[in-house]
Amino acid sequence: MSGADRTPADSADVCVIGAGPAGALCAHRLAERGHDVVILEAGPRFSFEDRPERMERSIRSGDDRSVWDMGGERDAYTSTGPRSYPLNRSRVKGVGGTSLHWQGMVMRLHEADFERRSRDGVAADWPIEYDDLRPYYAVAERAFGVAGAADNPFAPPREEPYPLRAFPPSYSDSIFAEACEQLEITTHSVPNARNSEPYDGRSACVGYGTCKPVCASGAKYDATVHIEKAEAAGARVIDRAPVQRLETDGKGRVARAVYATPGGEHSQEARRFVLACGGVETPRLLLLSDSPEHPNGLANSSGLVGRYFTEHCFAGVGGRLDRATRQKHVGFNTTESHQFYDAEGTNPIKLELLNYAGPSPVEQALAGDEWGDALLDSLRDSYGTHVAVGGLVEQLPRRENRVMLDRSTTDDHGNPVPEVRWSIDERTRESIRRANEIQRAILEELGAAIEWTIGPGNTGPAFHHMGTTRMGTDPESSVVNPELRAHDVENLHIASSSAFVTGGAMNPTLTIAALALKATDHVDRAL
Amino acid sequence: MELTRRDALAALAGGAVVGGGGAAAAGQNERETNGRPTGAESGSSSATDTAFAAVRDPLVAAARVLYPSEVTGIETFVETYALGRIEDREEYRQGVERAVADLNERAGSWHDREYADLDADVQDSVLREIGADTAEPDSEGSTAERVRYYVVNELLYALYTSPTGGELVGIENPQGHPGGHESYQRGPR
Repeated sequence: MSGADRTPADSADVCVIGAGPAGALCAHRLAERGHDVVILEAGPRFSFEDRPERMERSIRSGDDRSVWDMGGERDAYTSTGPRSYPLNRSRVKGVGGTSLHWQGMVMRLHEADFERRSRDGVAADWPIEYDDLRPYYAVAERAFGVAGAADNPFAPPREEPYPLRAFPPSYSDSIFAEACEQLEITTHSVPNARNSEPYDGRSACVGYGTCKPVCASGAKYDATVHIEKAEAAGARVIDRAPVQRLETDGKGRVARAVYATPGGEHSQEARRFVLACGGVETPRLLLLSDSPEHPNGLANSSGLVGRYFTEHCFAGVGGRLDRATRQKHVGFNTTESHQFYDAEGTNPIKLELLNYAGPSPVEQALAGDEWGDALLDSLRDSYGTHVAVGGLVEQLPRRENRVMLDRSTTDDHGNPVPEVRWSIDERTRESIRRANEIQRAILEELGAAIEWTIGPGNTGPAFHHMGTTRMGTDPESSVVNPELRAHDVENLHIASSSAFVTGGAMNPTLTIAALALKATDHVDRAL
Repeated sequence: MELTRRDALAALAGGAVVGGGGAAAAGQNERETNGRPTGAESGSSSATDTAFAAVRDPLVAAARVLYPSEVTGIETFVETYALGRIEDREEYRQGVERAVADLNERAGSWHDREYADLDADVQDSVLREIGADTAEPDSEGSTAERVRYYVVNELLYALYTSPTGGELVGIENPQGHPGGHESYQRGPR
């Protein structure tokens, strides 16, 4: 059903808030099982036909609108603390959510990620184990259509092949292979949520090379896939409907979600509510839902809603060789090494051999002040010999890192905007230094002239929002229980990276999906 | 290196225009000497025809300045691309028309001739005197910013997202071009 009618449904078993991967998967499965589902999405429904224009917008400048229209009063925020946090570059509001601009790398967390306290004496253990998520990981891989191979000796155990064959290694990967062998670094393929062959009604990748921030062909998975499936199964999506607050019934249950629309405010009642709006808007909505009954915000008796805001830190080293490296043909990677993921004494490190090192010729052409032969000479000089090793490093969760309400600034509906406070600890900085050591060794083995390093002093976030409604068994030290249900609110479930206890160093969306599928089973049983 | 109509269609497919007279015909008639699609193919309106007639020669002239000297086939390439870009896109068409009109107005004021009728070195200097070499591209900005957006960057985008434009630099599947997922696996030729 189109989002044009934004009035509430007469009756709903489940109201899902957020139309990203978690909300889409949850809504689809619940609708398939015969439940009446309404999805409230803050942003608009984007037309697939507009994607080439968005791709062009991503390559060209001269247009103030971001590729997915983020920014302005609707998306206002503040960033405080030691490190600036560019929130609106890290998320998309709309049907499909942030998966519209994600990279599409989908790895399972390792077994050790769930036991950081027990194994390493840092952070905290999850209340669930890898084996608890293992079947859900498999379902999520089929849902996304993950292209991968069982060639990763460091990966956790799995029960079945990936649904699609892995993308073959790049020419650039072959350059790295010998150097890595010399250094006894084992490399392997990358699980990608993009089609290496036609799958689920979508084409194989056609190589636009702009995966992040937009795939114009639809070969990269995004959550519109399961929104469409959910709608086909009977779910209803209401777009441009930011939820303002959740209201309770005085008996410890959420009674309704109050949401704004271009045509006025409405309330959606439901038996159960699933929050699936990411690691920033999920805690924000809970804090906005304060009441005399819940003076510190809904589901916040622990005082932990918004705390432990956690990211992945980027580390990288890049340079140039005296030979062609064939970068920028595609926008995704094909080789990584997880050899240093479970090393003692450091946080998990995931190494990525980049296929998109150096400048893009067309972007450089559009940004320069040359043309004609001079421009071509510059492009030829700039393109073709770059190499880089990137990577993600786990950030240990810190209580003082948090998402709060900035009551001095309001959004387009008069609500306090999110205030993001982010910093990193010394062990994380040391782990980034270790990642740089390995990355530098690889490039030196290649004989590269090293030109740049992203290290502990200039690291940035990978745009993975985690930890702000952490999972646990103790209501005093966590927000949701192992079934992803709020300790304090019997009919409120949270399907989000906000439930992560620790983040590991794997891109989080496959785990978000696995958690969402697990939460869905619990919701289903409770209905 | 010769730019073909197929390059123009590929560049159109990598941008805001798909399914019109341009990209829908990708792969067909790539060696036609005249890039102008037929009326039936283009679904052209009188507004489009009028605009195309006004902007074609100035854009071809600008492309000869902006593109490297080893490129041939510019006229066909630019005609095909420019028409595909303005068809059924009124706001964009008006933006191109206005920027080209400004270009002609400056050429007339400074050199008493239309832009397309100037010598190549003068055409180059007019773009620089306008400030299009250093201006930030802005579709709604100053004359320099709009000429940068609708003329300079429009034509550079077309070239360097096309297969032939990419090959000039050494990348046969440039960003924005749907060249498949095989070329990244191949070594240099």
